[in-house]
Amino acid sequence: MGEKLIYLDHSATTYTKPEVVEAMLPYFTQNYGNASSIYSIGRESKKAIEEAREKVAASIGAQAKEIFFTGSGTEADNWAIKGVAYANKAKGNHIITTNFEHHAVLHTCQYLENDGFEVTYLPVDENGLITPQQVAEAIKPNTILITIMFANNEIGTIQPIAEIGKIAREKGIYFHTDAVQAIGNVQVNVKDMNIDLLSLSGHKFYGPKGAGALYVRKGVKLISYMHGGAQERGRRASTENVPSIVGLGKAIELATANIDEYNKKLIALRDRTIDEVMKKIPFVKLNGHREHRLPGNANFSFQFIEGESLLLLLDMKGIAASSGSACTSGSLDPSHVLLAIGLPHEIAHGSLRLTFGEENTQEDVDKLLEALPTIVERLREMSPLYESVKRGNQNV
Amino acid sequence: MSGGVDSSVAAACLLEKGYDVIGVTMQIWPDMDEDKQKNEGGCCSLSAVDDARRVANNLGIPYYVMNFKKVFEEKVINYFVDEYLVGRTPNPCIACNRHVKFEEMLNKALSMGIDYIATGHYASVEYDESKKRYLLIKSATSAKDQTYALYTLTQDQLAHTLMPIGEYNKDEVREKAKLLDLVVASKPDSQEICFVEDNDYGRFIEEKTNTKINPGFFVDENGKVLGKHKGIVHYTVGQRKGLGIALGKPVFVVRIDVEKNQVVLGEEKQVFSDTLTASDLNFISIDKLEGSMKVNAKIRYSAKEAPAVISPLADGRVKVVFETPQRAITPGQSVVFYDGDIVVGGGVIDK
Repeated sequence: MGEKLIYLDHSATTYTKPEVVEAMLPYFTQNYGNASSIYSIGRESKKAIEEAREKVAASIGAQAKEIFFTGSGTEADNWAIKGVAYANKAKGNHIITTNFEHHAVLHTCQYLENDGFEVTYLPVDENGLITPQQVAEAIKPNTILITIMFANNEIGTIQPIAEIGKIAREKGIYFHTDAVQAIGNVQVNVKDMNIDLLSLSGHKFYGPKGAGALYVRKGVKLISYMHGGAQERGRRASTENVPSIVGLGKAIELATANIDEYNKKLIALRDRTIDEVMKKIPFVKLNGHREHRLPGNANFSFQFIEGESLLLLLDMKGIAASSGSACTSGSLDPSHVLLAIGLPHEIAHGSLRLTFGEENTQEDVDKLLEALPTIVERLREMSPLYESVKRGNQNV
Repeated sequence: MSGGVDSSVAAACLLEKGYDVIGVTMQIWPDMDEDKQKNEGGCCSLSAVDDARRVANNLGIPYYVMNFKKVFEEKVINYFVDEYLVGRTPNPCIACNRHVKFEEMLNKALSMGIDYIATGHYASVEYDESKKRYLLIKSATSAKDQTYALYTLTQDQLAHTLMPIGEYNKDEVREKAKLLDLVVASKPDSQEICFVEDNDYGRFIEEKTNTKINPGFFVDENGKVLGKHKGIVHYTVGQRKGLGIALGKPVFVVRIDVEKNQVVLGEEKQVFSDTLTASDLNFISIDKLEGSMKVNAKIRYSAKEAPAVISPLADGRVKVVFETPQRAITPGQSVVFYDGDIVVGGGVIDK
């Protein structure tokens, strides 16, 4: 303990970049006006919000008026799914999603099931991917929405979003994607990919927490989520969180500007980690497709150990990692994502998610690769199952 | 850590003594309504996590929640249900200490390179050089002593266990908590069974087993029907209150007959007995019981110790004969043997 923290949990959240904080600061103390007011500092706020909206729109290939600011990625997911479902009830009540979405989508779908909607949960394959064909086959006359995550938050797999978007558009079905993990990590263009609704969240790409956005293609029928004032063109009432919106705008601009260079760096860290871990540690499995995954994501299952002990020991060595989604690790039950790709309970328990980010270096990977094999071996030494497997191997 | 006074002060005591301390709360509760959990307030409830985390922050120690749901379900909840279904009265706290705290949690700690687990129990662990054994010794305050629930600890477990508050009494511990400015100093003692809502065992068992508990008859020793009972799980030996039966004189549960689904009632004197047999034994101050031994024996958490002679039976069980008859010797509860302040061992009462 006491050493420099090696932070390998960027899918949980990122730090806020100093430039982003700097951009936000004036809107706390100087330009604090309510954006709905007519006087000058109110107009300043309004202007800042609209500039941020432009930046968000530009970064995903949308128009500014198609961007609505929310309080989080989860809120954007809730709004998109419930909003489309309730606005298009007359057309149908069927929703298609996958069985390994983030809980913000899964639980929203389950909520709608209790309210008379019908949901198809497409099973992902052992690599954590679904095929456009699976989506096409699940479509029924009463299907009103397809919601499939862009990149998975645990195993990082990237879905064939453009192909799915094409199918949805041809069939005239709305297509929403939870792109919370994708933005800032992969190129996203809502027009080219035929995306109708897209959720994003600032704190995943070095922006502030509590700042999200929903892209809604012009013409999509969606009910309003918050009722009250006329903010966000009456679609999402609430006094605008001006500093956070400004921060979100700044962060997305920075994140998408150098995306190729950033990716190259992350891929180098990721690939070395994957190669070395697979080489140095026996009985390990890489979860998720080797190539179709986020540049910074490595997710392993180590047989014979519990992820919980592994994380605690890494923490004691100053390495911050997680065993799945941060939103569920309070409970450390086996992850629904890992169960969805077919891992048995006991192996799903021994999983480790490492997600790299901007400040990570090859030295961080060195330290990780030094600590991890020792920790895994030590934990395995306590496992009677491992002992017998080891003995078995020696006998062979 | 439960966020309560005892475990918080235990952590603080260890810090004072120079140990490198990590706070842990065991996550054991089954998935149930969050509001209910908040209100329950057992040693490992959700509110315990909030409180323990705050205490750990105050003390400046790392804090983790570790998941023991599966083993708790298997070894404590299922055992609890099974025992009631066969007409016995289980003690889930002993099962939790034995299988969860001092087995699963200790093993996990050891595998992580942690040397000891420490708890806020009112008891002490000492090493006796002459006997070459670890001893479990009663708390300085007999009123709070918790050794009854710890008699299953093995030599190996005791070697890796610290109970720092055993030397203090409850008031001293509360005083220490105040000095440390622990936010929990005035939190009430936890009681009741942590996983049963409203203490309604009957409903809990029905929900768990997904079956209806069958009502049956109260009978006297001769089998004469005295009235109807709500199902055997609602009764325990020695019980007088809540029988819902009026016979013009006080009656008590003498026995539970599972096969006939009957609860046998009788006069208070029938509830007394001077002999019991116990199985599933663990000895602490001795390696094993070679011959008869005079001890003080305690037949439930709230019972007073009473002089008795314990002797080994051929089948490995132990026979306990009390000097004077004891009230409500209850199958499923544990009997714990003491030699002065030292825990000799204990076992589970068969009959």
